[in-house]
Amino acid sequence: MAIIIEIFWTFFKIGAFSFGGGYAMIPFIQREIVSVHQWLPKEEFIDVLAISQVTPGPIATNASTYVGYKIAGLLGAFAGTSGVIGAAFLLALFISGRFEKVKHLPQIKLMFKGLRPAVLGLIFSAGLTVGFATVTSYKELGIACFSFVSIVKFKMHPILTIAISGCMGLILF
Amino acid sequence: MMKLFGIFFKIGLFTLGGGYAMVPVIEEEIVEKNKWMSEDEFLDVLAMAQSLPGPLAVNTATFVGYRLKKSRGAVICCLGTVMPSFLIILIIASFLTGLYQNPLVIKFFMGIRPAVAGLILTAVFKLKKGIDASLFSIVMVLMAIACVGIMAWSPIIVILVAAFSGIYIYPHTKWRV
Repeated sequence: MAIIIEIFWTFFKIGAFSFGGGYAMIPFIQREIVSVHQWLPKEEFIDVLAISQVTPGPIATNASTYVGYKIAGLLGAFAGTSGVIGAAFLLALFISGRFEKVKHLPQIKLMFKGLRPAVLGLIFSAGLTVGFATVTSYKELGIACFSFVSIVKFKMHPILTIAISGCMGLILF
Repeated sequence: MMKLFGIFFKIGLFTLGGGYAMVPVIEEEIVEKNKWMSEDEFLDVLAMAQSLPGPLAVNTATFVGYRLKKSRGAVICCLGTVMPSFLIILIIASFLTGLYQNPLVIKFFMGIRPAVAGLILTAVFKLKKGIDASLFSIVMVLMAIACVGIMAWSPIIVILVAAFSGIYIYPHTKWRV
């Protein structure tokens, strides 16, 4: 039971401090799951990120379901998922009733003047961390560059990029 | 009620890539098809959802649900959005454990892993647009990289410092471009 509570609490924290959606959550999730709790090895965590890209739903909820299931089965999956959406849900519910009052608070705009560039730095760090963990030869470097260029320059859909990269893996390794 | 759950289940099921991909789909269902909200109302909801922590789709679904049917609506919409990905990941997680022994699967994932690094870095370029080019922004970016990327501190510290700096330091900076 202790592990179920720990899963819930860990993902509750992740959900509560994640601004900027999607990728911004990666450094949080990675730190908690790979470094602090060592629930997944780094490679499997990166696989979960890739799976999240090709399945529907937010990355954070996908990761929480996967990790919860790995550690404690169905109950763990449930604890992780409800944890990660818990803070968002409660806060949204709380504000819903006071929507008109909160809508025009100037502090919220200002807060984002600081949060946006910080989130950018966080995502950049996440990209580098994953890069250092996965790129061990020129082959991996080539795939990483392909994925970056195909999306930024050629506007390829991320799902297609991932599928092609997987096939490159079949050929190269 | 069932209709509301069904609509958000569909939204959760058919939006790959999460978060922002869901917004136009939610808008179509709520504003255009069912006329539960005006366009302006929806934009307000969206702005507020973006200011809150947590997955954007969950925030938006909760707001819309509350608007329509109070707390019960909020619960129904939130559950509907999350349910599809929850079920799909459960299925994948239960199969993947066995598949990890397959050499072809291993090679496939070896190709995917470095691609994920490239993918994450593309998000940096997309986000760049929403940030004003000022010394303040640069300091915030470097602060985040130094604390999390180099020192491996908790990102929570960065988020708190950045939010407070935005409110209390940003208005007094004269370095805006």
